[in-house]
Amino acid sequence: MLSMTAVEVSYDEPVLHGIDLEVGPGEIVCILGPSGGGKSTLLRAVAGLVDHTGSIAVAGRSLAGVPAHRRGVGMMFQDDLLFPHLDVASNVGFGLNRQDPQRVAQMLELVGLAGYEHRAVDTLSGGQAQRVALARALAPEPDVLLLDEPFGALDVVLKAQLVREVQQVLRDRGVTVLAVTHDRHEAFTMADRVAVLRAGELVQVATADELWNKPVDAYVARLVGLSVLDGVAYPPEELRITAQGRWALQVTGRTFLDGRYLVSGVVDGESVTFGSDARSLPAVGQTVHIDRVDPAG
Amino acid sequence: MLVVPVVFLLVMFVVPVAAVFRVGLETGPSQMLEVMGAGRTWQILGFTVLQAVLSTAATMLVALPAAFVLATFRFPGRGLIRALVLVPFVMPTVVVAAAFLALIGPTGALGVDLSGSVWGLVLAHMFLNIAVVIRVVGSVLATMDPRLEEAARVLGASRWTAWRRVTWPLLRPALRASALIVFLFCFTSFGVVQVLGAGQLRTLEVEIYRQTAYLLDLPAAAALSLLQLLAVVAMLAVVGNSGGARTGNAVDVARAPVGWRQRGGVAAVVVLTVVVVLAPLAIIVVRSLMIDGRLTTVGWQMLFSQGDSTNAVDPFSAVLASLRTAGGATLLAMLVGGMAAFGLAFRGRGGWLRSVDALMLLPLGTSAVTVGLGMLLAFGRPPLDLRNTGLLIVLAQALVAIPFVVRVLAPALSGFDRRYLDAAAVLGRSPVRALAGVAVPLLLPAVVVAAGFAFAVTIGEFGATVFLASPADPTLPVAISRLLARPGEVTVAAAYAASAVLMLITAAVVVGMDRVRLSRAVAF
Repeated sequence: MLSMTAVEVSYDEPVLHGIDLEVGPGEIVCILGPSGGGKSTLLRAVAGLVDHTGSIAVAGRSLAGVPAHRRGVGMMFQDDLLFPHLDVASNVGFGLNRQDPQRVAQMLELVGLAGYEHRAVDTLSGGQAQRVALARALAPEPDVLLLDEPFGALDVVLKAQLVREVQQVLRDRGVTVLAVTHDRHEAFTMADRVAVLRAGELVQVATADELWNKPVDAYVARLVGLSVLDGVAYPPEELRITAQGRWALQVTGRTFLDGRYLVSGVVDGESVTFGSDARSLPAVGQTVHIDRVDPAG
Repeated sequence: MLVVPVVFLLVMFVVPVAAVFRVGLETGPSQMLEVMGAGRTWQILGFTVLQAVLSTAATMLVALPAAFVLATFRFPGRGLIRALVLVPFVMPTVVVAAAFLALIGPTGALGVDLSGSVWGLVLAHMFLNIAVVIRVVGSVLATMDPRLEEAARVLGASRWTAWRRVTWPLLRPALRASALIVFLFCFTSFGVVQVLGAGQLRTLEVEIYRQTAYLLDLPAAAALSLLQLLAVVAMLAVVGNSGGARTGNAVDVARAPVGWRQRGGVAAVVVLTVVVVLAPLAIIVVRSLMIDGRLTTVGWQMLFSQGDSTNAVDPFSAVLASLRTAGGATLLAMLVGGMAAFGLAFRGRGGWLRSVDALMLLPLGTSAVTVGLGMLLAFGRPPLDLRNTGLLIVLAQALVAIPFVVRVLAPALSGFDRRYLDAAAVLGRSPVRALAGVAVPLLLPAVVVAAGFAFAVTIGEFGATVFLASPADPTLPVAISRLLARPGEVTVAAAYAASAVLMLITAAVVVGMDRVRLSRAVAF
């Protein structure tokens, strides 16, 4: 549905180098990478908001020379960018060619805000505003929807809920989505495939499973949450505290997440996270020895 | 984009001011030095400083409690009073002078004649400038996070120490900035001193006018202009121009007053402020309808008796002349100031742009009389004689209005998030339709406020206009000053009727501005 070949963007210096990426119909692809890695620039190139070389095509149609407003590409921004001088209905209907109150009502119902038509946008909560922004982006039925850190400004609890809700809406409607985020939880929750972007280059494009099991390099391994020790990537459940462990680790933090106790620490400057049971949880500042264990055994 | 405003300012401001000095130097440098060295000159400078200091102190004294109450407490009618305190600032100086003449003049309503004393000036200047302090200090007070003081208290500071070490330092830049602006306005004030001074009070500005218009002594006028300009520049250099810093978010932290002491204090300040603002305005209307203690409309009749041969001043055509020149000057100021604001807003603030910014403010701090005189010298005689075209007044008034336009438009433009245009584009709006549907509605309030300000400033402009207005076709402020200077109860009543008209036009503009939410704009 969306295909990019050798896309490059330069401002004063090159920001994106030779990006090749395909997003199939109804697929959700999430670009994961640190801030300043060129993620937003890639979306802006697709939307036609920055000049680029290389080719971008949507539904087989080349977008070369097509201005932003004729691309049939929708976009959701990090801060909702709802027009402050318009009410909710006018925002949602902004991209429609003619006034269509029924369609606006339908879109608002879709995002769970039925009856909000005449609210002023500055009376909405952060979550509500992003839902209106989603309704606004979906109303003109774009071929491709771009999401630029759409949940970045929300608090953790709201974010988790909204990520699920938005994913549901997008799946139900079969929308083709290219999203960017620096949050791996968000990426792994939403995406069919995750594209890791580093310093303007795509390092690996794969499903979450593939990224976890076969990260192409230590950078990707660390980005997806694996611990890299002596050049090998380990998931949290494969590392344990043992008295004769190969690696001496200084404990820097402990937490309880998703039903597991996790210990984080440093081995020779390398950040490491591994699972522990409640009774042998080490104290922060303590040095322990860890080693690989077979999680099955 | 910045080229046009810079060239405009150079040609319309720097060239005329230079012309004043050139004429002074050509006709007699020794004479200029003599004027500058004369004890009389230093006496005038001393009085100019004295009245400005007293006026600034009085303004702060009245405005600070009002600023504090308006920023700190929530009470019924607060929005109205906030709008009301802005009214004096845009009132033409001649109208204000006429009002204070009616209050504290020879036959004043209050029964004391302060017209020849410094205290008359102080009161009128206070009235004119309270808005400056209330806006500048108020905007800092209103956004000052009360938790900062709480944080200091938790760190062990007493209430007084917290105020002295946290609140006061945060407030000080705004106090200094507003005091400096008020001082400058009073230092170069013309209309008020000219009308209220009864010929006895001589400030530099009035003396420059007197030397030029009555004594035709250009070298003396040039010497005084130079002295004044040096004083202003020295002041700006010594005090520096630091604006008030915002300390928190633009959240309204006002709370309801609690207890009889707070409520009483709020009520007292509110009543005092309303009286200070409204009394001078009301007295104008009263005096336009009163002769010898009787109610009469002869003043208004004279105002509208067009073409009366006994009447050297035709106030009705003065209204038309005022609307015409102010309209033209507003348009010009919006064009030139708009370009300056656009250039400043979209090219960052660094380096030479800072000096452009300062250049745009220059007309605000210098003498309008010098500008008017300079324009007359530079463009009022062959080879380029624009005197009878009416163009000079428009140019001079536009020059005075440009700082206001830039000050309102530049923050609005730089505050406009251009990603709204991106959002409109990805929703299918062409660039033109995105501008029309998003940028125009979002920026319109600032444009209306800027235009309103420019119109109010230009229609009331006196110092430069008095030089440039043709004797046959004066603007309203010039006509008022002439009517006031002439004998006869009827003429004086007509002067007040004309003042009332000018006041109503200005007030109508301010009310119109307020409807597009003045609250968001204007912070010098």
